[in-house]
Amino acid sequence: MASTARRDVPEPPDFGILKRLARDQLIYLLEQLPGRKDLFIEADLMSPLDRIANVSILKQHEVDKLYKVESRPALSTSDQLCFLVRPRVKTMKYIADIVNADKMSGRSRKYKIIFSPQKFYACEMVLEEEGVFGDVTCDEWSFYLLPLDEDIISMELPEFFRDYFLEGDHRWINSVARALQLLNSLYGPFSRAYGIGRCAKMCYELWRELEEESEGDSQGRKPEIGNIFLMDRDTDYVTALCSQMVYEGLVDDTFRIKCGSVDFGPEVTSSDKSIKVLLNAQDKVFSQIRNEHFSSVFGFLSQKSRNLQAQYDRRRGMDIKQMKNFVSQELKGLKQEHRLLSLHIGACESIMKKKTKQDFQEMIKAEHSLLEGFDIRESTSFIEEHIDRQVSPIESLRLMCLLSITENGLNPKDYRSLKTQYLQSYGPEHLLTFHNLKRIGLLTEQAAGETLTAVESRVSKLVTDRAAGKITDAFNSLARKSNFRAISKKLGLIPRLDGEYDLKMPRDMAYVFSGAYTPLSCKIIEQVLERRGWQGLEEVLRLLNGTEFSEAGAAEASPGRDSQRTVLAVFLGGCTCSEMAALRFLGRERGCRFIFLTTAVTSSGRLMEAMAETRA
Amino acid sequence: MSRSRADEEEYWHSSKCRAFTFDDEDDELCQLKESKRAVNSLRDIVDDDEDELEKVSWSGEPVGSISWSIKETASSSTSSLEGRDSSLQKGSSSNAALPKQVSSYSLSSLFKGRNKLPSLQSLSDALSDTGVKNYAPELRRPKAEYKDYSSDWSPKDTVRRMQRGKVCSLERFRSLQDKLVLLDEAVAGHDGNVITAVLIFLKRTLRREILFRELEERQVALCHLIHFLKETGEQKMLLDLLRFLDRTEEVALSQYREHLNIQDVEKRREFLKGCIGLPFSPEDISHIQDHYTLLERQIIIEANDRHLETAGQSEIFRKYPRKASILNMPLVTTLFYSCFYHYTEAEGTFSSPTNLKKTFKIPDKQYVLTALAARAKLRAWEDVDALFTTKNWLGYTKKKAPIGFHRVVEILQRNNAPVQVLQEYVRLVEDVETRLNLATKYKCHDVVIDTYRDLKDRIQLMAYKCKVERGSAEEEKINSILNNTVRNTCFLL
Repeated sequence: MASTARRDVPEPPDFGILKRLARDQLIYLLEQLPGRKDLFIEADLMSPLDRIANVSILKQHEVDKLYKVESRPALSTSDQLCFLVRPRVKTMKYIADIVNADKMSGRSRKYKIIFSPQKFYACEMVLEEEGVFGDVTCDEWSFYLLPLDEDIISMELPEFFRDYFLEGDHRWINSVARALQLLNSLYGPFSRAYGIGRCAKMCYELWRELEEESEGDSQGRKPEIGNIFLMDRDTDYVTALCSQMVYEGLVDDTFRIKCGSVDFGPEVTSSDKSIKVLLNAQDKVFSQIRNEHFSSVFGFLSQKSRNLQAQYDRRRGMDIKQMKNFVSQELKGLKQEHRLLSLHIGACESIMKKKTKQDFQEMIKAEHSLLEGFDIRESTSFIEEHIDRQVSPIESLRLMCLLSITENGLNPKDYRSLKTQYLQSYGPEHLLTFHNLKRIGLLTEQAAGETLTAVESRVSKLVTDRAAGKITDAFNSLARKSNFRAISKKLGLIPRLDGEYDLKMPRDMAYVFSGAYTPLSCKIIEQVLERRGWQGLEEVLRLLNGTEFSEAGAAEASPGRDSQRTVLAVFLGGCTCSEMAALRFLGRERGCRFIFLTTAVTSSGRLMEAMAETRA
Repeated sequence: MSRSRADEEEYWHSSKCRAFTFDDEDDELCQLKESKRAVNSLRDIVDDDEDELEKVSWSGEPVGSISWSIKETASSSTSSLEGRDSSLQKGSSSNAALPKQVSSYSLSSLFKGRNKLPSLQSLSDALSDTGVKNYAPELRRPKAEYKDYSSDWSPKDTVRRMQRGKVCSLERFRSLQDKLVLLDEAVAGHDGNVITAVLIFLKRTLRREILFRELEERQVALCHLIHFLKETGEQKMLLDLLRFLDRTEEVALSQYREHLNIQDVEKRREFLKGCIGLPFSPEDISHIQDHYTLLERQIIIEANDRHLETAGQSEIFRKYPRKASILNMPLVTTLFYSCFYHYTEAEGTFSSPTNLKKTFKIPDKQYVLTALAARAKLRAWEDVDALFTTKNWLGYTKKKAPIGFHRVVEILQRNNAPVQVLQEYVRLVEDVETRLNLATKYKCHDVVIDTYRDLKDRIQLMAYKCKVERGSAEEEKINSILNNTVRNTCFLL
């Protein structure tokens, strides 16, 4: 990576508009139901809503009381009820129950359902079946995009992952296409689009259709984002399954960042209460450590503390006037910095404590062996012991999946024995989880004699016509082989090393995983952007089994412009903090800016949890 | 708008999309393009009986339907425009000319079809450069468009309209052929919401077997129906479908899944009993059997222990009251529980650990780990000792463990085992480095000293002397070793 050619990274566009648009539309929708009303909000919409509006805005528009949509019946006494919900069958039944209960007791109220980001026909069908269609009015709040940070836009649709990749449901593709349309209209026109994955392709096609339909004249508009890259999560599960090592990733894995903010509990705040902290580029401390490997964070924090101390110390020897200046101008900033520093130091301590308890070292060693393909036996027995000790059900599952993907499936003996022990440790109902993992291809069993990969790959090379495509279509939901080992070799994902990898002065994206592995997803993006297409990557594509595309849009690409160095990286099914850190690193090296558009910020824990079956 | 008729004719004569120059509704323009594309691409979708298909669904229809729709929406948009809020006129300067359309981009989705105005001020602020011009046309989109005036939309147009969130009646798709073309169009359109909507319609208007048969060849649509049935909880139809498809394992799993919704344990047990006969894969059958047996056991244990606890006569329950019921817990948790409360029971009782071990064929490793954790928690060090002690045929005892002794140490340490107990196991850790690490960490001086002695590491031993207390037995030991080794080495030399 030639750091000599480093150029200034373009500033990210201002995504504040997206928030204002969403807020204005919500206000408009609330005004459609004039008068005082109670607002019922779906649990998963509360945090996103918090990011764009607040209670006083709602109050200004005659929202009286706020309720959470949950299984308990509503106690509202208002004459107008407004529901702000995701389009889910379950929620429709909840609302229908309220309406029907009112009808039974002869009470008449007005009901309005606001679907976000869009309404589904299946929801209307439920309303019709429950006999409340017509009693409620429906609206759509097209809140597709929530800017979480200066370079992260989230659709806040964690269910996208399960809906598409497990159930094979295309319901969110239209939402993604509309999101792209909105971004293209505000920050485009995008002049070049790349993508890999079936879903990426569909989203792209639907988006193009919407664009053609609207034929907006983008002439004369200066694009801020020039390139987009769409990627399906299933192109690379390995990266999402690895233990995260950059600070932001560790904070996410340990405390769960929710909608860009985290709740630091008493163990972090060293007081008796929890503090909610917004984690973004505005946090001066966080923004400097978020992308760093955990091992270099301590040094940074202690350096920072010393500086802070020094600044405080300047007070000594000040005369009254200087002191006055200090108090009025600097003290507030210093105090703020002090508060943030102590929080992040507390978080680090807490992470360290948790990790040492879980023999993190051993786990990382096992993970690295899996990635490199060494000592598989040893890693397998590590996983086994992890299960037997009932450590964490999610971690155990994650390690098994990592083993399966890197090894192209578990051999039948291991599969059975690990599965049995897992069910014994964490509960027999996980039989369903295993079934789901098999369907999605995360945890599979090698068929007998499946070692004939050479023959197989030759066959798949031969069968490339449309008929074969149709066959794969038919088995869309069936597990596909990951070929991780071969891909890793082809792309050089495991850095060759002599001596220690300097994590403080990273030389490539592998630093996000301690120099042991370059995230596949990011490597693909790097390669394609470098080649301005997929030429030369045919072998990798064949191994990835992917549907790739690369197209130049209508707009003329003007090289050298900032927009040409700004890339919208779209992750369908979720993007991890580690991937964002790796691409930010790549951006700094290459002088380009990555903007992340993800269906949700994800992590191994979230992916695994999405595979479990729960009570209806 | 008044030109529409002429343009229409021009279009149909020239049959080129290019020639089509309506400038009112963007929607229609693209519908035209789409219809054309649809016609061309239809071959790809259904390649077997294309001739017949084209006859059925396309003969003569596109012309009628589209022109009709254009007229209809055109006239309705005029009428609705009159009754519009006057502020709109101010907002969109090019109002009179009914702007050459124009992108609805972003905002098309934002203010689709509402006939009241949003707060214009803030919006134009927000969109500094794209501004009013762009969404104003969108605002004039008449409400009438939401209604389905026509029963003549082509399948493609119907799908397209539905994708844009418009209500469309599907009732006119009555022949099976029409229904399937509609479904295929929906799938080709990539919008799952529309695919499901069409499936709801097909489900209502087709006999199950016919629907199932057709879906068998349409995997994407099939996935949508299965997901829909799961979400709406139409279990019976779901099972019928899976049976029809011969997906017997899924039939079994999906029935088994229902147990999650049964709260009452007795009912749950009964239900699980019924699951044993379901067509699971051979390996899963044993898991289901185990699940049933486990719950059966737990019910018995729970009843007994609750009785014991309330009677207050059992010491262990008095000393360590139960925090939660054992019902529905995993097997290992149950084993832990039984090692905690019922360790000494004879194998004959349901609650004894050995009985559990036998019944569920718990591997040694897992058993030892669990028993160790339970006994260590109770600080029953003799039990811990017994767990690892084996006698050989000469009657000598030896310590053996199916897990690494470092793991044993870790568990003991977590339960605050005293140094005497701890060091016995640290000593047994095979790997020297690990042993030294653990011994140093947990201050098992004896082990450290002995290890260094065995390694003949004089320097480390001398260094370690500083870490032990002055005048303690350990210091003395180090001294004596150091002296001895000196003598020994001399001797050797």
